[in-house]
Amino acid sequence: MGNLKKKADVWTAISFLLLALFLIFLLFPITQLLKESVYTNGAFSMDAFQKFFHQRYYYETIGHSTKIALSVTVVTLLLGIPFSYFYSFYQLRGKKIIFVLCLLCTMSAPFIGAYAWILLLGNSGLITQMLRSIGITGITIYGEKGIVFVQSLNLFPLVVIYMNGAFKDIDNSLMEAAESMNCKGVERFFRVVMTLTMPTILAAAMLVFMRSFADFGTPILIGRGYVTFPVLIYNQYLGENGADYHFAAAISVIAVLITALIFLLQKYATSRFKFTINALHPMEPQKPKRISGILMNLFCYLPIAVALLPQLYIINMSFRNYNNSVLRPGYSLVNYQKALDKSLVLSICNSLIISFATLAVIVLIAVLIAYLVVRRSNVLNHAIDTVSMLPYIMPGAVIGIAMIIAFSKKPFPLTGTLVIMVIALAIRRMPFTSRSATAAMMKVPISTEEAAISLGASKLSAFAHVTVPMMSNGIIAGAVLSWVSIITEMSSGIILYNNNTITLTIGTYESITAGIFGVAAVFATITTVFTIICLFIYLRFAKSDDDVKL
Amino acid sequence: MSVGISIKHAVKRYGQNTVIPDLSLEIQNGKLFTLLGPSGCGKTTLLRMIAGFNSIEGGTFSFNDRIINDMDPGKRNIGMVFQNYAIFPNMSVRKNVEFGLKHRSLSKEEIKQETDRFLNLVHVDQYADRMPDRLSGGQQQRVALARALVIKPDVLLMDEPLSNLDAKLRVEMRTVIKNIQRDVGITTVYVTHDQEEAMAISDEIAIMKAGVIHHCGKPKDIYQRPADLFVATFIGKSNLLKAKLFVTNGRCRVEFLNGYEAEFSNIRKEEHREREATVSARPEELLVHFGESAQPKDGIRGIVSDSMFLGLNTHYFVDLETGEKVEIIQESRIDSILPPGSPVLLTLNTMKANVFDADSTLSLMDGVENVAGPAASDQAGRN
Repeated sequence: MGNLKKKADVWTAISFLLLALFLIFLLFPITQLLKESVYTNGAFSMDAFQKFFHQRYYYETIGHSTKIALSVTVVTLLLGIPFSYFYSFYQLRGKKIIFVLCLLCTMSAPFIGAYAWILLLGNSGLITQMLRSIGITGITIYGEKGIVFVQSLNLFPLVVIYMNGAFKDIDNSLMEAAESMNCKGVERFFRVVMTLTMPTILAAAMLVFMRSFADFGTPILIGRGYVTFPVLIYNQYLGENGADYHFAAAISVIAVLITALIFLLQKYATSRFKFTINALHPMEPQKPKRISGILMNLFCYLPIAVALLPQLYIINMSFRNYNNSVLRPGYSLVNYQKALDKSLVLSICNSLIISFATLAVIVLIAVLIAYLVVRRSNVLNHAIDTVSMLPYIMPGAVIGIAMIIAFSKKPFPLTGTLVIMVIALAIRRMPFTSRSATAAMMKVPISTEEAAISLGASKLSAFAHVTVPMMSNGIIAGAVLSWVSIITEMSSGIILYNNNTITLTIGTYESITAGIFGVAAVFATITTVFTIICLFIYLRFAKSDDDVKL
Repeated sequence: MSVGISIKHAVKRYGQNTVIPDLSLEIQNGKLFTLLGPSGCGKTTLLRMIAGFNSIEGGTFSFNDRIINDMDPGKRNIGMVFQNYAIFPNMSVRKNVEFGLKHRSLSKEEIKQETDRFLNLVHVDQYADRMPDRLSGGQQQRVALARALVIKPDVLLMDEPLSNLDAKLRVEMRTVIKNIQRDVGITTVYVTHDQEEAMAISDEIAIMKAGVIHHCGKPKDIYQRPADLFVATFIGKSNLLKAKLFVTNGRCRVEFLNGYEAEFSNIRKEEHREREATVSARPEELLVHFGESAQPKDGIRGIVSDSMFLGLNTHYFVDLETGEKVEIIQESRIDSILPPGSPVLLTLNTMKANVFDADSTLSLMDGVENVAGPAASDQAGRN
């Protein structure tokens, strides 16, 4: 009774193709990075690690990054969970607006927020000057607290969006059951609501931590003396005596070890909350009492306003007259004129080319992976899936350095091309896109595909004409979010770009560091415009708020 | 062109777990054949082996004389209807039905003509341009049926097609399926766990349990002369009573625990030997005698514990003096229902009741029509 062999088909070939791609473009750079960190002048040496741990200036960067990431995580949870609780359980004013603004917050690039706050609270910022005129000094956006402030404002809506989904899955009868046992109010919130949503809280915390930990734009703009590790990697790369890849690689390895540790801790914590909830009767939002209603509305609108209004201020500043960093009275389009001279068009084109190319690559790969994992569950495909998740714990700067090390020489001389930026971004976004594609794939019943095959469609035809269209809403929603994060990406791009491959975000950064604030405002404004366009496309395709997978 | 299906010594394993040990089956051309059994009995697994969606670990599957073991599902020329309909949600009703035709070399006109014909046949022509999410469950199932039939498959495979519908629609749709199947004249394999549905539509039924066919035959034969105790209790309601079989002078008597004796004239010759037996009596095969006057000489005494008036019939639940409990169905009478506590005397309709060997659980009766053969039942008995 033989016949045990599984027939090899077109999907087997795709498995191997994906494996080859990941070997070349992900595992090869990672191994090169590891090798670079422990080899110097052709000999094994731990000198880079010794150097790192012997000088306070170096090792404290990891401490700084971790401290900031933890602070931001705590702040965003403290802000985001009550926010979402009010949003989900009570009737607030303009709910749809709150949700859309939350989305806009998370979509906007963190460094644009940082730049906006420089314009407001920087040395010659608007608020700084106002305060100075009434005799108050010492309030500044620069330094540790500033980074935490700016990142928290950028990331708390992420917690809100995650928690909204979780709160929606709480069945009303659970709340009523708790109340019937005389557990209500604050007690019910902590003993029932928090426990039920703990898996989501942990997932949101993890995502916020990773984003904050890996963020390059905010600390480089407003960190001043407070150096975090992505900034350190960048400095090593820029080094005065040429790039020190060896040391940068070692820092990268240490950073990844830390994110891996945090990731495992989060996994462990999540494993203690293994259950699924699904609401037959979701909560009906209640009408709050008058005073508490006002407070709740305030609690929701205030942080959103603080997060978004500065970005409007940037748009305003892009039309102001500037002489380099000195503000002149009056409005004009002179900044736009200057920006055009500063390769604005090239940046926009590059950003669009890179983002669409990356998107095409990751959507294709993510959909294929999703299919293989869900429908062809075997060791090889799970290995591919696991490998595709690796970049989740790799900060952008690390990926940037790994790319440079792996692809600056033969057989892959890609440095300085758009291709290498596409690869880096595709790798960065792969875990997120492949997760949302897998989630979409799970919702496609296998019988629909079988129906197509039984009607004579080939496997690929059934996949293309039936499966993919059924996944498309989920995929498009995920893809738009990926697109916006590619447009606003900075940390790996800053390492990989050159004058020909400059993008919008890097253009902004260059203008800020060069002190031409008006031009920077133009670049930032254009980036914000793209973000808003994305938001509208996204809203068009996401069926409900719980489709959001960032 | 419709075909006969022949399955010889089929084996299905999932890893170390054998789901179907050794199954053989012949399905005649044009018949509606039902695989019936409790959930987990392997009926859907077998159907999916025929369809080609499950691998085959042993044996041969053939359509007429053509072995199909290694053929792709798309090449087997099957039409399949799924439990959840599996309508393509991204295509209109018409597009759904056309789907299979587009993968065959047909002209545009032919495709339209055939699609229209089958949309008409299942009465969804007025919804042709609707999207599936605007159809009811019954309408979706009709579309699924049209989509499966329009490609003129050799075999129609249906996997619990009605289980997602509400009770009334289920009854309506099974008539629709039966009629269309008969009109088209296509060999159909139908999977269900609903015995009434199976009885209503099938030409032939195979009763499965744990990957083994216990009884394969016409609905009437299965109901009246079940091959073993599992079939007797799975199809319809059966009261099981412990008894002993005695043979004297070539005549068989069955003695119940209280000493009541009934003579059975329809036990197979070769089974004429003394043994422990189980008598299976349908609720309508137990005869009730009330009042002092009409009592026969012998019977089993009991006390009515409860009753259920269902209009046409009244069900009685009776505690017997043997310690066993039985359910009895009587045509409802115009006078009163027996109140709980009433004494009754029961006798057996020996022409209809069945006697089984207590150890092997196999039937001892004449007239058991089982295509699956006693070998399969033997094995089941040992399980």
